[in-house]
Amino acid sequence: MSALAATTFTVPPVEFGKLSPMLIAFGAATLGILVEALAPRAHRYRIQVGLALVGIAAAFGAVLALAKTGVEVVAQGSVAIDGTTLFLQGTILVIAFVGFLVIAERKTDQNQDAFAAQGASVPGSQAERDTTRKGWQTTEIYPLLMFSVGGMLLFPAANDLLTMFVALEVLSLPLYLVCGLARHRRLLSQEAALKYFLLGAFSSAFFLYGAAMLYGYAGSVNLAVIAQHVAHPDAGSTLLYAGLAMLGVGLLFKVGAAPFHMWTPDVYQGAPTPVTGFMAAATKIAAFGALVRVLDVGLGGSSAVAVWRPVLQAVAVITMLVGGILALTQRDIKRMLAYSAILNAGYLLIGVTSTTAQARAAVLFYLPVYGVAIIGAFAVVTLVRDAGGEATDLSRWAGLGKRAPIPAALLAVFLLAFAGIPFTSIFIGKFAIFQAALNAGAPALVIVAVLASALAAFFYLRVVVVMFFSDPLPDGPTIAHPSIAVKTALAVAAFATVALGIAPSLLLHLANNSAGILAK
Amino acid sequence: MNPANYLYLSAILFTLGALGVLIRRNAIVVFMCIELMLNAANLAFVTFARMRGALDGQIIAFFTMVVAAAEVVVGLAIIIMVFRTRRSASVDDANLLKY
Repeated sequence: MSALAATTFTVPPVEFGKLSPMLIAFGAATLGILVEALAPRAHRYRIQVGLALVGIAAAFGAVLALAKTGVEVVAQGSVAIDGTTLFLQGTILVIAFVGFLVIAERKTDQNQDAFAAQGASVPGSQAERDTTRKGWQTTEIYPLLMFSVGGMLLFPAANDLLTMFVALEVLSLPLYLVCGLARHRRLLSQEAALKYFLLGAFSSAFFLYGAAMLYGYAGSVNLAVIAQHVAHPDAGSTLLYAGLAMLGVGLLFKVGAAPFHMWTPDVYQGAPTPVTGFMAAATKIAAFGALVRVLDVGLGGSSAVAVWRPVLQAVAVITMLVGGILALTQRDIKRMLAYSAILNAGYLLIGVTSTTAQARAAVLFYLPVYGVAIIGAFAVVTLVRDAGGEATDLSRWAGLGKRAPIPAALLAVFLLAFAGIPFTSIFIGKFAIFQAALNAGAPALVIVAVLASALAAFFYLRVVVVMFFSDPLPDGPTIAHPSIAVKTALAVAAFATVALGIAPSLLLHLANNSAGILAK
Repeated sequence: MNPANYLYLSAILFTLGALGVLIRRNAIVVFMCIELMLNAANLAFVTFARMRGALDGQIIAFFTMVVAAAEVVVGLAIIIMVFRTRRSASVDDANLLKY
């Protein structure tokens, strides 16, 4: 009997309620695949966009419903639902909603969206012309991106390294594909997908090997168990340091920190612009969430912090210098924004290395305000068009402020925010991060960051000067008239950027409260 | 046999894979090298599980295999798409995006 009892399978409890934001996102993605298989082609776009937006809104509702509950580690210790998780999940969903409004846009480019009619057709071939003439749309991108959103929701919540690895792949794999599906400049887009895929897979192999090393060190991939072993070491630390380094490579690649930033400019430039905006904002939020959890929960013991802190501080300095200096030399607006994303990853790393609750709150505040501004900036880029797609070369933007004052003014707002002009949200974010770093005793980092900001102000303002203080080109780019959805997205982004700069206390308060609650 | 030897083998496989990614030029071969790195991680997981007398490392290896399979689907799709456009799978030929 006892042998029988021992083999009886007991079903482990799974807290579906706590996991509901992710389940809703994955459910919407799965339904999207069914729509792709069953719905007639003519109706797919409408159904897919509706399904995605409803799914995101429902998941956001679930996050709000969970906000009242306390800290809990669910699903057998593999998913941590705490203040930090819920704050980041809510942020990702807001960003995803705004991002999808821009991605679904069809009015700016002759009733076509930004994606190739059929990804498999060779650029310039008869098959491509046929599918374009028939007006086919790659509506598969909506379920793909919903899977990606689901992975992003899981990534900062993952409380063990296996779940984190699976979430990392679930968020990355759809993005690799969607990057290669631009309607115009398809060679660039395919090249971006190839580079993103090969480098992304390379870095995730490092992540996995790092997880294996930590498993060997602690006998478990659970962050809490690893933390116990870091606090009370019972064996040598070689495996810990090896694992830490390799895990770091994987995570720093995702956040786009130097020296693992090489993919960022290429992918940001080649990918369809609405996807670039979504990716720049949402992936960064999810990846920083995961980085904070690994470092603060799993490797937050003082002996481990003493090892990774100086290394990450050096990475932050290199990242800021690389981002700031190389952005100066860029002539393509998407590439320039990519280097600015690298620069911002550097600021965020300062917050991560400070390891105090105050710094964590500053990071949590910075992520949504930066995400909203970058998504808005890329949305403006989709509006300025030449015959072959977007006019991304900066010289084509000369005098745009005179020909299209509203888009130019909106972009100016976002760029001034990136430059850290007071009364913008990112100024407050930078101030919070620098203050936290000073309190944590890293004034040298703050000095480098301020110098990098000064450098950055130059290239952001250069775009503003080109737009407003030079003469319009006679054959300048056309300015598309977007649909109400993109107008809404732009208005929300600009409003948030300004309003959170003038009255940041509500979000700061929320970030402070959320950062204090981290399941350890 | 001392299980630590499997760890050395795993480290060698991982290094070979990483070197292959950096040196080889054909996208398919680069991709195979990445798969080698993932399998090296699998071997490390299984060996650590064996050394500790635990099962979870072996189960993690199954998860990794599934993820690697999904990665193959996406990766081959992208590589074939690029090959059909350029008639080449060399990563050196993909050089439009730079600086």
